[in-house]
Amino acid sequence: MNTRREFLRASGFLFVSGSALAIADVSSLVGIGAQGTVGPYPDIDYLKLDSWIVIRADNTATFFVGKTDLGQGTGTAFRQIMSDELDIAFENTTCVMGSTDITVDQGGSGGSDALQTDGYPMRRVAAEARRVLLELASQHFGVPATALTVSDGVVSTKQGDTAEKSITYGELIGGKKFNVTLTGRNIDATTGTAPLKPVQAMKNVGKSPRRDDIPAKVNGTQRWAVDMKVPGMLHARNVRPAVVGATLKSIDESSIKDIPGVVKVVSRGNYVAVVCEREENAIRAARQLKVEWAAPATKPFPASEDLFTYMRSTAPSSSSDPQVVGDPAAALAASTAVIEAKYDVPFQGHTSFGPAHALADPSNGQLTIYSNDMKSYGMRNGVAQFLKMPREKIRVVWMQGPQCYGRTAADDAGFEAAFLANELGRPVRMQWTRQEETAWDTKGPAYAITMRGALDAKGQVVALDYDARAADFNHVGYNEPDTVLIAQLMGQRKTPARGRASFPSDKYEIPNRRMAGSVVPMPLAWETPVRMGNLRDPDGPQVTFASESFIDELAAAAKADPVAFRMSLLQRGTGDDAGFKRARSIACLKAAAEKFGWEPRPSPNRRSSGDIAIGRGVAYAYRSETVAVEMVEVEVNKRTGRVWVKRIACAHDCGLVINPEALTRTIEGGLLHSVSRALFEEARFDEAKMLSVDWVSSPTLTHADVPERIDVVLVNGDPNPDRPDLRHYGAGETMCKPMMAAVANAVFDATGVRMRRVPLTASRVMAALKT
Amino acid sequence: MAAINLLVNGKRHTVDVEPSTPLLYVLRNDLDLAGPRFGCGLGQCGACTVLIRGEAVRSCVRPVSQAQNVEITTLEGLSKDGQLHPIQQAWIDEQVPACGFCQNGQILTAKALLDKTPNPTDAQIRDGMKNTLCRCMTYYRINAAVKLAARRLA
Repeated sequence: MNTRREFLRASGFLFVSGSALAIADVSSLVGIGAQGTVGPYPDIDYLKLDSWIVIRADNTATFFVGKTDLGQGTGTAFRQIMSDELDIAFENTTCVMGSTDITVDQGGSGGSDALQTDGYPMRRVAAEARRVLLELASQHFGVPATALTVSDGVVSTKQGDTAEKSITYGELIGGKKFNVTLTGRNIDATTGTAPLKPVQAMKNVGKSPRRDDIPAKVNGTQRWAVDMKVPGMLHARNVRPAVVGATLKSIDESSIKDIPGVVKVVSRGNYVAVVCEREENAIRAARQLKVEWAAPATKPFPASEDLFTYMRSTAPSSSSDPQVVGDPAAALAASTAVIEAKYDVPFQGHTSFGPAHALADPSNGQLTIYSNDMKSYGMRNGVAQFLKMPREKIRVVWMQGPQCYGRTAADDAGFEAAFLANELGRPVRMQWTRQEETAWDTKGPAYAITMRGALDAKGQVVALDYDARAADFNHVGYNEPDTVLIAQLMGQRKTPARGRASFPSDKYEIPNRRMAGSVVPMPLAWETPVRMGNLRDPDGPQVTFASESFIDELAAAAKADPVAFRMSLLQRGTGDDAGFKRARSIACLKAAAEKFGWEPRPSPNRRSSGDIAIGRGVAYAYRSETVAVEMVEVEVNKRTGRVWVKRIACAHDCGLVINPEALTRTIEGGLLHSVSRALFEEARFDEAKMLSVDWVSSPTLTHADVPERIDVVLVNGDPNPDRPDLRHYGAGETMCKPMMAAVANAVFDATGVRMRRVPLTASRVMAALKT
Repeated sequence: MAAINLLVNGKRHTVDVEPSTPLLYVLRNDLDLAGPRFGCGLGQCGACTVLIRGEAVRSCVRPVSQAQNVEITTLEGLSKDGQLHPIQQAWIDEQVPACGFCQNGQILTAKALLDKTPNPTDAQIRDGMKNTLCRCMTYYRINAAVKLAARRLA
């Protein structure tokens, strides 16, 4: 089935960056030629330069990167930094990403680390290729490498009295291997001997070449993982327990005997699926199949409206060591004006726009999974364990898919397709329904946080106490088998790893401060739709909602301007590393205030125009080494409770910016995703099942809610901004952290009402306005 | 099963399927088109949008039997003679898509909107597009691209 022709057809899907050059012409160079597509699929050796870069005779290059581009333009960014280090024309490069049989396991996506972590080995291998090519040119011309210059893949002897001679990279090595061994204890440390360029010498960095994946996405030629087809492919749909935690009693297969093309009803443990020849019949069969379930003896979770009472009254399963500065207990005890506030953030779904899907093909005794899994390498390992197959027999072909914000770190559909294909010995395409995805996808953990603080007579913060209770999680996955629903339903349950609660990320200098956290278990730990996953900054928005709302409460109590109040907390400190972090925090706070036109004054400042109250809010957060300050203007409709975020200014410092336009688009999208989480998103459930199951019961931000204006300011607040080694940090998640607090602070400014529970739905705001 | 006649992007097709089958699955599985995509199957999100007589229609809830012998246009059929439609070009110029999964619905809904309202206000764009969802939240850029396309089409 996996004929060479089919491989060529499939291989066209692999490219996410660059023009449609066939991979066939380079396959032998990157080590996939020997077995071709029939397998087995050995790991790609990260210590071979040929695993990373191929240069053709026509002086074009392809880079092989073990990351996945989820629509932020990281593929384009890798081409920018690698073409800079290699000294080849950007337009003459392409980038292949994420498929386990042709790219080194760099982990796929996660933690927004593509450029922050993997950018460096990619720059180093490109620099090493340049060094080797200059050495070849040196031998070719019989002059020392130091007497050569290179530009756009053309090496020239230096101009002088003699005539300049030149040769292209393609002429030097095109179609041949480098045969150079690299060093490095692990993939992140991969290096040759060539030094990196100073960032000032990088010509493509800081420019905004257009993202090369966009044309195919608007002209209809893009082939996504959902579009992958192979001959003989079957269609599968799952049948989920009617009540969470239920046990399968019986299946009445005669209930679907009128449906044509039913190939098999598969069940194992509490996992049930139907497999049909045609997709519409699989949909019908899954709906119509009569399945009897036995309800669980205990309820799987409290109803979502009782969640925070449950979390605050249930004994934690574990607590982490508090971080303490000074003596916060004594400082709070000594104060006559202690302020206390409780903040609640519910479970929120990843709620991918495209429900989970994958195609698994068991041809040739191997297993190929066509998938949009952001962690394709993790899925390969996980499926190997799950099916007890040698991992060399498995490959994951990574293809474009709907955004997932961390959802595919537990790639349910990939494991299910693999299991069913293995059971039936035929290619099986699994597709989740909307209702299944919204109900059963992974969730960002709920948080119940108590803040306490005290001001001195001058309105300075003398003590701050953060005490978080987070919903416990068994794992936030990297596609280990027991992270996926099918394995849990089949009874594969390792001893749960303990979760933990996160702490605020601000760099405020406060003399007496404590940060403490514990986790609370849900009654049902497995087979549950409140299965935790890494939702875009797994718990930063929850933590920051509490910490940055409370700083605003302290500022209001001190009758201080919220920006000036934060500025004074940042400017108090002295430590060196904290100075680097504080310097960048201060730079962003200033830049945001300038762009927003922030007028210094205390909150609240009730202003109304008819039914509309108008206010502004600020919040700030750090993530890894990236800082974001967000300011919003809101309109609160006092008649309906609707909050509209009318204007946003975000100042963002992620160090060296590779592609300002793609970065700005990424930040804009992240800001709006966060507004959606602040105003609309909550995974709701009763004591037996999920109530949030589609876009009506689980609303999201729409065109109707879009701000009038969004300003993104890219800041370089480094104390030494012209450093030749200015680092590039992750930028996919930091902007998600401050928004919930910024919106709630703006609503307080507009109305004088403090919202301490997310999301700020119209009905919740109306109720608060009435009290 | 029944013989169903479809006219898609100017080409005639006959398929043998259950008449109640949603148009989406026939376009994707029988005609091998990838523009319309499955997002909800409930007519809520817009990923499956196609144009039928110029109207943006949710193909996931339209039985194939009710789509016979009318001109159906998918994203693949929007460009003419290899030339991108000005709306598609505006999407590239504004660098709109992130993951891009919803953009089929966004582009075709914008097409239907601009056909009726060539010079839409912000409020008309918000209202006309509000039922076409995007979870990458590219709405702000879609709004700009719709206006850019409107200017170029004027």
